[in-house]
Amino acid sequence: MKLRYAVPAGVLVSSILFAGCGQTGTATQQPAATTKDAGATTQTTTPAASAPNFDQAVTAYRTYAIEQCDTFVKKTEEFTNAVKAGELDKAKALYAPARMYYERIEPIAEALGDLDPNIDARDGDVDAADWRGFHRIEKTLWEENTTKGMDEFSERLLSDAKLLRAKVETVNIDASLMVTGAVELLNEVSTSKVTGEEERYSHTDLYDFAANVEGAQKIYDILKTDLNQKDAALEKQIGERFTALQQELAPFKDGEGYVSYTKLKPEEVKKLSQNLDALAEPLSQMGKLLGV
Amino acid sequence: MKGFKRQKGQEKPQYAESHNEQDDLVKKDAKLVEDKPSGKSKSVSRRDLLKLAGVGGLGLLLGGGGVGAVLSAGQRLESMMTDADTKDVIPFYGKHQAGIVTPAQDFICFAAFDLTTSDKEQVRSLFKAWTEASATMTSGVLLGNDNENLNLPPSDTGEAAGLSPSRTTITFGVGPSFFDGRYGLAGLKPAGFRELPRFQGDALEEQWCGGDIGVQVCANDLQVAFHALRNLARIARGTAVLRWTQEGFQRTAQADPAGSTPRNLLGFKDGTGNPDTSKADEMNRLVWTQASDGPAWMGDGSYMAVRRVRMRVEVWDRSTLGDQEDTFGRHRSSGAPLGKVKEFDKLDLAAKNPEGKPVTPPTSHVALAHGDGSINILRRSYSYSSGLDKQTGQLDAGLLFISYQRDLFKQFVHIQEKLARNDKLNEYIVHKGSAVFACFPGVSQGGYIGDTLF
Repeated sequence: MKLRYAVPAGVLVSSILFAGCGQTGTATQQPAATTKDAGATTQTTTPAASAPNFDQAVTAYRTYAIEQCDTFVKKTEEFTNAVKAGELDKAKALYAPARMYYERIEPIAEALGDLDPNIDARDGDVDAADWRGFHRIEKTLWEENTTKGMDEFSERLLSDAKLLRAKVETVNIDASLMVTGAVELLNEVSTSKVTGEEERYSHTDLYDFAANVEGAQKIYDILKTDLNQKDAALEKQIGERFTALQQELAPFKDGEGYVSYTKLKPEEVKKLSQNLDALAEPLSQMGKLLGV
Repeated sequence: MKGFKRQKGQEKPQYAESHNEQDDLVKKDAKLVEDKPSGKSKSVSRRDLLKLAGVGGLGLLLGGGGVGAVLSAGQRLESMMTDADTKDVIPFYGKHQAGIVTPAQDFICFAAFDLTTSDKEQVRSLFKAWTEASATMTSGVLLGNDNENLNLPPSDTGEAAGLSPSRTTITFGVGPSFFDGRYGLAGLKPAGFRELPRFQGDALEEQWCGGDIGVQVCANDLQVAFHALRNLARIARGTAVLRWTQEGFQRTAQADPAGSTPRNLLGFKDGTGNPDTSKADEMNRLVWTQASDGPAWMGDGSYMAVRRVRMRVEVWDRSTLGDQEDTFGRHRSSGAPLGKVKEFDKLDLAAKNPEGKPVTPPTSHVALAHGDGSINILRRSYSYSSGLDKQTGQLDAGLLFISYQRDLFKQFVHIQEKLARNDKLNEYIVHKGSAVFACFPGVSQGGYIGDTLF
């Protein structure tokens, strides 16, 4: 179990590698038991003895992740109901907003085995026979302009979402996961959202973009006080660059949502990407929090 | 959805395998350390491994210890370097910036940056950080203190770890746009320093032009040069972004141990007429801006012109040798002026052939570039090859022309205007990119790039 979860996400989930065993279905308010252990095991040179206590931060993030998951299930149900009812326009309108709750906590979902591919794989990510989830339905809705044939995919998506909600309680969150997860969220934007590859049929990439950034910012907000004590200049720089990125994104807001990716000019994509890199670089230094 | 999660169910065995392989490597390498007191295979640390890998590579040896301050790194470097290593390091600090009269290394990574901040203090901080990083990288030392910490991204990107400093030089300059309203420096802009005029025949493309800052990285190894540029760009994130880059090459020392004049991609020697960089007087006259030229902060600096010149190699390849030699005004094989034998034989533009026509066509490249011989520049060009022109399927190859001069307009512009109008070579080349940079004087220990300006 450990390796299976740890390897796909690479270095990112080194914390999960050593945590999370045999803790299924416990209460939501469980303590972050393994920060120290994870630290000691993953480091060869520096002991993590001086690491601050992140219990409060972990609790806050767990609460956030569960809230997002709860709403994700609810919104996914509304979306899949619309698909099954054959309400094409309604389904299209509900698609991108529902996904945002998932995109905010994607590192958590990725730590849970096959759930991420089942919910979020794009065409070509998995064997054609295994392809299901949001993007499978997205393709039919936008390419074929129909909801026909999507009943079963809708039901499976909803049950996968519910499974995620159930499993999220078993993820052992620690400060290391949060720190690396924040960077991972921005890397997601950098590799697939800013390029328009994620939502290749609906072109709703900016919803995902915004949600990934919000998810990263939530982690920063939670760890901000600790980070400020460790490295005030770094904390300030990250805060400023979140603001700068939000300002770059703001003109593309459209009511409650965002404009189509196809409306972006190449130089606007470039600027968003550069602002993202500018933020992700100092954000990747948040590991200094871990007392190293 | 992450791309590399595609292969479901295979992660575990893959991981286990590679893990074992690593263990095996550790064991194998450990056996090589014969004189290591605690040479038990299992106790070889990652740092020992790094040291092993870095034998002969100062960067890793020093960097593995987490070298922070440039000064201490320099001191340690000195005590550990052999003669061969010393020859491989070009000092970063000095009266003039390195990379100008330094004999041209084998490779270049050039980059133009645009500043994204409007805060002068942030620019100053960037230049300070760049100074420290440049001094460190040109010494062949890993950047920063976090190269062993498993909880952080390494502070050095690592691709030059264990490699020799490779005579790396990093040369900085600022473009005319640096002196616009953003930083309150407009008053310090050198009089007459501006983008080049549009020359006849120019086909400039925005993507190869301009920049607030120009950085020329040269080294005898492309990977080492790229590493330096990449880390400068990384340090700049949030303050400056890359505007354009171009890599280039000359022949390597391995291919030409004698270090003769390099040939351009049209097959001709390029740079024969360069001034003698060993003569300080000549460099002061032609290359180094004198404090009296104004402004004072540019004293001991130089002005750099950069032109990305595409060569129509396909067209050139079907022109006759006679036409090619008339175009350059030199013999292809020897580089000698037409009618002469040796490369450095004196150019005689007045010489006539039996029919009474000039031996060297007046519109040949060398005739126009040389003129009456009174105006010269220091050329430091590299060839480039950037894949294909997608539209035509022809090679996008040519010359990244770089010249240094004391006065851009009296020297470079004067020559280029003549060339642009009449040069026979214009049939085979087209200027696609253009930029100019005021290169600061050298940095002294404790100072930083541009400190005379700030």
